[in-house]
Formats: sequence, structure tokens, C-alpha cells
Amino acid sequence: MKKTLTTLALGAAMAAGPAMADLVFPDLSYRTGPYAAGGIPFSDGYNDYFTLLNERDGGIGGVKAKVVECETGYNTEKGVECYESTKGQGALIYQPLSTGITYQLIPKVTADNIPLHTMGYGRTSAANGEVFSHVFNYPANYWNGASGVVNYLLEENGGDLSGKKIALVYHNSAYGKEPIRTLEELSKKHGFELVALPVDHPGQEQKSQWLQIRRDRPDYVVMWGWGVMNQVAIQEAANIRFPMENFIGVWWSGAEHDVMPAGAKADGYKAVTFHNVGRDFPVFDDIQKYVVDAGKAAGAGDQVGNVLYNRGMYAAMLAAEAAKTAQEIHGTADITAAMMRDGMEALVIDEAKMEALGMPNFGPTFNVSCENHGGPGLVGVTQWDADSKTWSLISDFKPSDTEVIGKLIEEDSAAYASENNIEPRCN
Amino acid sequence: MFYREAGDFKVSYADDSQTFPIKFDRYRYYAVLAVAFGIIPFLINDYWANAILLPFLIYSIAAIGLNILVGYCGQVSLGTGGFMAVGAYACYKLMTAFPEVSMFIHVILAGGITAFVCVLFGLPSLRIKGFYLAVATLAAQFFLVWLFNRVPWFYNYSASGQINAPERDTLGIIITGPNAPAWATYLFCLIFLTVCALIARNLTRGTVGRTWMAIRDMDIAAEIIGVNPLKAKLTAFAVSGFFIGISGALFFAVYLGAVEVGEAFGISKSFLVLFMVILGGLGSIFGSFAGAAFLVLLPVILKVVGVDLLSWPTDIVAHFQLVIVGALIIVFLIAEPHGMAQLWRVAKEKLRLWPFPH
Repeated sequence: MKKTLTTLALGAAMAAGPAMADLVFPDLSYRTGPYAAGGIPFSDGYNDYFTLLNERDGGIGGVKAKVVECETGYNTEKGVECYESTKGQGALIYQPLSTGITYQLIPKVTADNIPLHTMGYGRTSAANGEVFSHVFNYPANYWNGASGVVNYLLEENGGDLSGKKIALVYHNSAYGKEPIRTLEELSKKHGFELVALPVDHPGQEQKSQWLQIRRDRPDYVVMWGWGVMNQVAIQEAANIRFPMENFIGVWWSGAEHDVMPAGAKADGYKAVTFHNVGRDFPVFDDIQKYVVDAGKAAGAGDQVGNVLYNRGMYAAMLAAEAAKTAQEIHGTADITAAMMRDGMEALVIDEAKMEALGMPNFGPTFNVSCENHGGPGLVGVTQWDADSKTWSLISDFKPSDTEVIGKLIEEDSAAYASENNIEPRCN
Repeated sequence: MFYREAGDFKVSYADDSQTFPIKFDRYRYYAVLAVAFGIIPFLINDYWANAILLPFLIYSIAAIGLNILVGYCGQVSLGTGGFMAVGAYACYKLMTAFPEVSMFIHVILAGGITAFVCVLFGLPSLRIKGFYLAVATLAAQFFLVWLFNRVPWFYNYSASGQINAPERDTLGIIITGPNAPAWATYLFCLIFLTVCALIARNLTRGTVGRTWMAIRDMDIAAEIIGVNPLKAKLTAFAVSGFFIGISGALFFAVYLGAVEVGEAFGISKSFLVLFMVILGGLGSIFGSFAGAAFLVLLPVILKVVGVDLLSWPTDIVAHFQLVIVGALIIVFLIAEPHGMAQLWRVAKEKLRLWPFPH
């Protein structure tokens, strides 16, 4: 016991680092464990974009950006440890890339006055800024994704899905359960039958689920998977010869590493997305020049242009733009987390800005407001081509069913507000 | 020299049967309590509470609970994660159903409910032993996790299937939720740990503990000398379940605040607590503390040294951690099968003789 206390004291001295003048962006990444395949490219993209800003522009508004990486292994306990250890270093914004950790952090960041950006994951009803003051999930959330899938299927079937059967293969966690409510509503509205098939963490064992799909013969399979579960599901689908063009994943189930293991059999697999794919954007020339060629790339540096790398870079770009907006609002380059939150709430992304950043048409244009933390929720569809090993956009970014989603968001955020005694803001 | 019985005269039976018969031990114990209760609460911050002290205190309670079952009564259990989940969900249901009741009562009731569930799953132990019992408790682990995932009533029909701890207090001090001060959560867990450790220590020194140990050492012989195996085994399951339930409730309500059953209370949690018990020392209360401290602190220390001091990539450090923890477990099992508690015992024995070892 005594020994323990001495080590504790020693650790305390080490943990209390000096105050940094940089803008600190913690990166709660996971480069190990069953979800590392998705965590690595995202984290590389996130790191590389800030390296680019430091190398090319000398930081954000003249202040260097500093990314503090902390390994969570997609584990909530380690996520809490990472949050506590980085928040003292002046963290401006958290992007944990994990729905489980997000649920943990929502009350904590609100109490600590630090913004949380969960782009395309987390708690969907956080789109309601009146209740969730410190949580943002622009430009799209899970329910937009679910509705985007259904809209795409409607389009393919001439606007009528009645009598069709859609199976949802989902990760049996808060993440995977998130779309069920929306899909149930949509199945009532459009008259299709929904079959939900949970897959337990980590998702290597899916024989029984795919056996059931083989027996039930659904017209479409929708997947809410992450990590190793994606590869296994696509392989299993190929094994039962399920037509790949009828198999659609959410944006977390549509990256290169998910389809590669199944080889040519994965050809035609689709996934929805909320940003563009490929590396045909001017910003990648800069990344190549200032980051990769200079030997400053994060990780192994082999992920540039991958779907999840692009997403990590996009997340970093939105954070950097919000920081710039905050600097303008408060007239100081050295912003705090509270100022960062104001910047996020006043964030405007328009064509001209995207063009200037070297990402024309990379993501949607949108304005964040006090009420709306969720962005426009535009959803596109991508398809995998196994020959050229590329994802390509096959359907443009289209709006989702805001009528159904809006009501559900209202309901869920009201429940959260009453549980936690939150008065709606923005009046 | 200073660590010895000599000169410490016991003049009453109560003195003779006290927990720490050696004066130095006694003072050390009071000193630890004084530091834990009197000094740490004034120095603590969020990082210390949430990253190090709370997990240490909570895992210590779980390790004591499991140690009673495995170390003292010899009934191997792989269901710790599932039983912690029972504690967590019981606490959640109680917290949401009776918001005005003090957290102390919720946590104790959650422990009681877990004790009941634990006894139910302990019933087969009357017929099966060893590996077969381990498999039966493994079934409990999977069944309970499945149950909490499957039945929406347990998570109050929330969309995500997660349970979130609402803000609750005891005597007007907020204990759960994001606004709970670090010292309050720390003291809350510390009080539970202290009481649990005292109860466990005294139970194991008394009749109940001796019947458990008799069953552990040889159940047939124990039965012949008059130990009732039904009573002994089921009390061990009940007491162990009570402690594990308390730790599960604290783990969810005070430490994490939001929990997903499959992730937080999966089979890996069962193994983690079992490793704590084995590394710390089977059949030792001190060993439970040592094991919990070791497995909670080691990753944090490795991270501080590897990432913050040496600036290694985070993934390398994470992988190293697996290697080092694995290697240490093997080394410990070979070099000291009785765990860290045995090292401590040997050290005390040496101290007693020092400076004249012959």
C-alpha cells in the first residue's frame, strides 16, 4: 500500500505538465485491437491535416496546432483515462471516434465546458443544440444515414418498397442499435419488412446471422458494422453468394480495408457517405508535398486518400475552421475551449471556403446554429470496384427524410433533457 | 528490530485476537487510513480520481469479492463480469425508480440483489467442482450479458441500449453524474472499500471463514468434521456476490457514468478480476489490494513512461503493455505462485528476524 502511494505521487509529478501555448487537439485514437483497421487511417488523416497547417500556414491564425494522441483501443475505460489526462493540457475539442466513449463524454464535456464533435457517430439527438449545448454532430448523423439508405433503395425501386424485406446486420452495441428506431419508423412509412440481426463484439463470429439471411432471403441487407466485423460480414455475404449490389453499409462499413479481404467477390458492395472519396483534390498535393515527402506523416504514411483517412482529414479541417471562426469572434489567436465552442456554433462552410482549402465539392456546405448542431444531413452512395480497387460516388449527396428524423430527434433529446433537468437554450 | 512481537504485551483476549497483532503493522494500517481519508481528498483532482484512484478502489472491492469465492472457498468463478453487471443494472433500476433515496442505500441494495443472483448460480457448485464449476459460472457470465442486452426493461427502453447514471446524491453531496466533485466520488468508494475489507477480513478470521477454508482444502474431510457444505458454499457465493455487486454498482454509477453491458462487463472483465486475485495472492485480503493496484496502475505507468516521457508512438506502447503484462503474469506464476501477498509475507518474516537471521 505504501509502495503504491509513492508510485502515485511519482506519477502525479509527471502528469502535471507545463501549460502549453499551442492549440491542443486531443486525438483519442485506436491503433490497436479489433477496431484498429478503422482507427488507424482516421487518426492518420486527423494528424496529417494539422501537420499540414503547421508546415504550410504556420498553424491556425499564427498559433501552432498540437495534436495529443492517446490510445483508447475503442475501450470506454481507457477513453475516460485519455479524456482526463488530456483535458488538463488545454484541450479545445474532443473527437473520440467511438459511440460508446461519446455517451460517456457527453455529460462530462458539458460540465467541463469543452466541445465534443462526433461526426457521423455518437448520440444522434445531439443534433438538437437546444438540449446538447456542447455536442455537435454536423454534417450528418446515423439517422440521416439510415434514411439515406432507404431513400436510395426507394429510388432503385421506383419509389415503392412495400413488401420488400430488408435485413439490418448490426454491431450489438450503442452504435449498432442507434439506427433501429429510424428504420422501424421508415419501415412503417414505406411498408417494408425490417429484420434486425445483432452481431456481438468484436464480430468475428457471424455464421448464424448469415445462415438466417440465407434462409430468409431478404431483398437488401443493410450493415451497421465497425472494425473486423465489416470484413467478416462481406466475406460471409460472398460465401452465401448474396448479390453485393444489394448489400449496403453505413459510412463506417465502407472503407478499402473492409472490402479488400473478400477480393473480387466484394465487387459492387455499396456504402453511404457524407463526404467525397478518392484523392483527386488539390489538398492532397499539399499533403504529399508538406507532410508525406517531408517525412512527417503520422503512422506508416500509407493511408493517404483512403476513405477513412479522408474522413479524419475532414474532421480535422472542420475543427480547424471552427478554431479560425472562434479566433475571429473573440479577436484572439489563443482561444480556449469555451471560445472554440462558440466558433463551432457559428461555423459556416460554403463553396468559396472549401475551394480555398483545396477541397472543392469534398463535403456539403452548411451553417451551424444554436438550434441545429447536426448540419444538413446530406447522404451520398459509393460503390466498390474490385478491379481498380477504388470507391466511387454513384449517387449525389441528397437530403434525408427530415420529417421522420426531426420528430425522433425531438423525442430523444426531450427525454435526455428531462432525465438531466436541462432547460432548452437558444431563446 | 522495530517489526516484532517482542515487547508488545497483550493483557486481554481482545488484544490477543486483534487483526494486526504487531505494533508496527497496526500503526502502518492507521497511517494508511489517515492518508487515505485525511490527506488524499484534499489533494485529489479529476485525473487522479477518474484515471487511477476510482478504478483502483472499485477493482479492489471486486477482487476481495472474488478472492472470498476463489481464494478462501476454492470455488472457481469466471462470472465476475456478469455479476458486476447485475450490480450495475440493479443500481441503475433503483436510481431511476427511487431518485430521492440516498446512493448509499442504492449501492448496498444492488449488492444484496447481486448476492441473491450469485447464490442462484452458485447452487450447481454443490454438485460440480473445479473446471466444471468454472464452465457453469462462464455460462452465467454469457447469460447475464445476453439478458441485459436482450430485455429492454433493464435499460429503461433507451434507444441505444446503454444505461446512463443520472445525478444522485447522498446527504446532499452529489455522488454521480458529471458535476460530482472528485473528492466526493473518491471518499464514497473509499468508505465502501474500507467497510468491505473490514467485513471480509473479520469474516475470514472467524467461523465462517474457517469453514470456507475447510471446504477449499478438502471438502470431504470438511464434511466429516461437521462442516455443512451447502451452507459454507452458498455463504461464500452470497458474500462474494455482495461485494462484486457493490463494485459493479460503483463501477457504473460513480466511475464510468454510462455503460454498455457487452463492452464493460464482458468476459474480459471476469478474467481481469481473476488475474488480480491470482497475481495478488489467493486467499489474502492484502493480495486483493495489491493485485488491483498492479493491474490498474501498470498500464497508466507504462503509458506515462512510454508516451509522455519517451514520446513513443501510442500503438507501440499499447502493444508493449500487452507484452509486459503477459510476461509479468507468467513470471509471477513461476517465481511466486502465491502472488504478491506471499512476497509481502516473506518480507515480514525477514523483518521479524532482522538483524539476526539465525
